[in-house]
Amino acid sequence: MDFSLNDDQTMLRDSIVQYLGKSYAFEKRMEVVDSSAGFSRDKWADFAELGWLSLPFEEQLDGFGGGPIEMMLLMQELGKGLVIEPYLATVVLGGGCLARGNNEKLRGSLIAKVMAGEIHLALAYAEAQSRFELAHVECRATEASDGLLLDGEKIVVMNGAAADYLVVSARTSGEQDDPNGITLFCIEAGRQGIERSSYKTVDGMEAAHIRFEGVRVDASDQISARDEGLAILENVIRDATLAVCSEALGIMEALTYKTIEYTKNRQQFGVPLSSFQALQHRMVEMFMELEQSRSLLLRAVIKCHEKAPDRAAAIAALKYYIGTAGRKLGEEAVQLHGGMGVTYEMDIAHYFKRLTVIDTLFGNSDYQMNRFVAAA
Amino acid sequence: MHVTFSDSEQQFQTEVREFFSQEYPQDVLQKMHDGIMLEKEDFVRGQKAIYEKGWAGVNWPEEYGGTGWSATQKHIFYEEMAAANCPSIVPFGLSMVGPVIYTYGSEAQKQKFLPGILSSDEWWCQGYSEPGSGSDLASLKMRAERDGDEYVLNGTKTWTTLAQHADWMFLLARTNTDVARKQEGISFLLVKMDAPGISLTPIITLDGEHEINSVFFDNVRIPADQLVGEEGKGWTYGKLLLTHERANIAGVAVSQNRLEDLKSLLAQKQASGGAPREVNTFARKIAHVEIQLHALEYTELRTLASVATGKAPGPESSILKIKGTEIQQAIDNLYYELAGYNAIPYLREQFAADYPGQQLAESTDAWAALRYFNFRKASIYGGSNEIQKNIIAKAVLGV
Ligand SMILES: Cc1cc2nc3c(=O)[nH]c(=O)nc-3n(C[C@H](O)[C@H](O)[C@H](O)COP(=O)(O)OP(=O)(O)OC[C@H]3O[C@@H](n4cnc5c(N)ncnc54)[C@H](O)[C@@H]3O)c2cc1C
Repeated sequence: MDFSLNDDQTMLRDSIVQYLGKSYAFEKRMEVVDSSAGFSRDKWADFAELGWLSLPFEEQLDGFGGGPIEMMLLMQELGKGLVIEPYLATVVLGGGCLARGNNEKLRGSLIAKVMAGEIHLALAYAEAQSRFELAHVECRATEASDGLLLDGEKIVVMNGAAADYLVVSARTSGEQDDPNGITLFCIEAGRQGIERSSYKTVDGMEAAHIRFEGVRVDASDQISARDEGLAILENVIRDATLAVCSEALGIMEALTYKTIEYTKNRQQFGVPLSSFQALQHRMVEMFMELEQSRSLLLRAVIKCHEKAPDRAAAIAALKYYIGTAGRKLGEEAVQLHGGMGVTYEMDIAHYFKRLTVIDTLFGNSDYQMNRFVAAA
Repeated sequence: MHVTFSDSEQQFQTEVREFFSQEYPQDVLQKMHDGIMLEKEDFVRGQKAIYEKGWAGVNWPEEYGGTGWSATQKHIFYEEMAAANCPSIVPFGLSMVGPVIYTYGSEAQKQKFLPGILSSDEWWCQGYSEPGSGSDLASLKMRAERDGDEYVLNGTKTWTTLAQHADWMFLLARTNTDVARKQEGISFLLVKMDAPGISLTPIITLDGEHEINSVFFDNVRIPADQLVGEEGKGWTYGKLLLTHERANIAGVAVSQNRLEDLKSLLAQKQASGGAPREVNTFARKIAHVEIQLHALEYTELRTLASVATGKAPGPESSILKIKGTEIQQAIDNLYYELAGYNAIPYLREQFAADYPGQQLAESTDAWAALRYFNFRKASIYGGSNEIQKNIIAKAVLGV
């Protein structure tokens, strides 16, 4: 048994910490959030150069060949740094679908461009009625004279506006809830019949509702076997769930230690807030939940690393815990900062908002609890 | 023991219900229903309608234009107001400074200020907190120095809610620094917001809204007759205001209404799509909050009943604020959870009255995250829940 990082992993983590510490100030981040740009293209170029964009892709594709442990290290730091660049959307979700998909041509060409930082991706899977059910797909690709026509709407597509290519789950057969009959397509975002309405999200990122109206797609756009896309989607969402839990852990850590620091500095009644036992206990709770969450994260990551048969249940357990204990921790951090905690100016609220959104992403804690029960 | 309404109370209930469904500006209620952001003018128009009906001074004595209602009538009024989904009454004038003025103010002050407060012609804000004095309010540093028949104000107030709309501010400032206890030497003053030397900076909250401000005072001169009561007694007067308005502090009626709406929303999603698959889990979460709310409702009724018989509110009244805000926040959280992905977009324009497009989702869903974020304040302001617990420990438990 060994929970320590090997030398390569330590180096990776240190380089991430160093870069973000040096080049990713909160104030600069907020300038980007408040602008219409959505994220910084310069930072994205840095990420490419640092090799982060190649991290999960296999060596045959000229990737770094990182696994769940390396991804955890990166995402944790992206969480601590409140990084808004669409790493999750482009690399983990979009890139993940291509990597796990069966379209050799697109996989080779597009992943190379992703790693070079040349293109952005988005995964369009959620629909107005689907909530968190990946198999609930009403968006349809129906046979036409030469190929298929795609019709439907996807909601809250992360990075939907900046994406150059969209991975879309569409129904090619079966009823709306049928696990069979879902096919994944990867198409240029500018293709005729695609309409995107983009907006900021409540955590300062960008997303879009995307309408498809008679969009022509054919076999060359297909990245899963016909009607068999769900398995890929589920695997990618599982990877992404683990990734956002790692991000959440970074956030929880930042919130815990920033709160401790704040209460040491803020004086009321002639003493630091940290001298009140009522608050000390609250911070001890935060700390305990942080460490319990870290344990569940490591557990899930190791199970994925070792390909344990119960890894899906371990991820559900982790996401459930992050969704409850993690969000509670966020609320506590805000509360203990008093008025300062609810200001837009301070990083605390932005960590809190991101943590809140992470609970929803890929299914909130109630949903995860159900998955856990079903898997156990 | 009984809780059923008498015939006359039922009649009163009908009257209040009819008022909200007919005389109260229906377009304001429609905006609330549609999730449209209210403007200052909407609040004022709504409050004016209540005033014209003679109901603005819910808790005020009749001699100052109040309703003279019984505890039950007040309860009915707040219930109907919440059931109509009426925007809450801005508290600073009607619930806060009004009672201080009619209790401690001079005759001239009563004449001058009470009518404008009742009619909502004048908007008030509350200048208590300072950057260095939040929970420890009595440590406040704002100075008010007597100079002939004026006071000269210097210092900073912060977190001041809706000061950008205000005509007047009531504030606490230090008139004497040579005191044994920090609670002494504080005075309660009324300041016109357009007085030279006052400047205001918005503080944007986590949800991106401008609701609070910092207010700076640089040699602001005000007439000495804008001191309320005696110099140096401001702490006592200020505290009155914090204990006033017990009737509605827990927000029971609003929470009940929001919980009912939440249940309808769940049912609607079950019928037309988007409900959680684990619907029983969610229904139980609603029930969990609902049961707490039933308890709080009766705690509040017990308080009202003892006040009605002329007794001081019992110890149970001290829990109203804490439990009330915890329940409010729990409900906000349930709305957020039910909304799923619909809560994620931040498209502020969609809440404007003149937005040409359609809201991205059902308005309760579209608002869910923003409202949840915004109401984290409820356990912080008005004496944080931690400070409330300190008070209960000391004053109620005697420890
Ligand atoms: C949205 C909003 C609107 C507001 N509107 C107004 C307004 O209109 N007018 C006005 O005057 N003020 C207003 N306030 C200010 C509010 O009253 C203060 O924020 C509140 O009193 C807390 O003070 P603080 O923010 O300085 O936090 P602090 O006093 O620094 O407290 C930070 C944390 O420490 C805790 N704490 C402090 N002391 C103790 C203790 N002894 N034991 C245990 N825990 C303790 C607090 O509960 C809090 O969790 C508003 C605040 C907000 C957030």
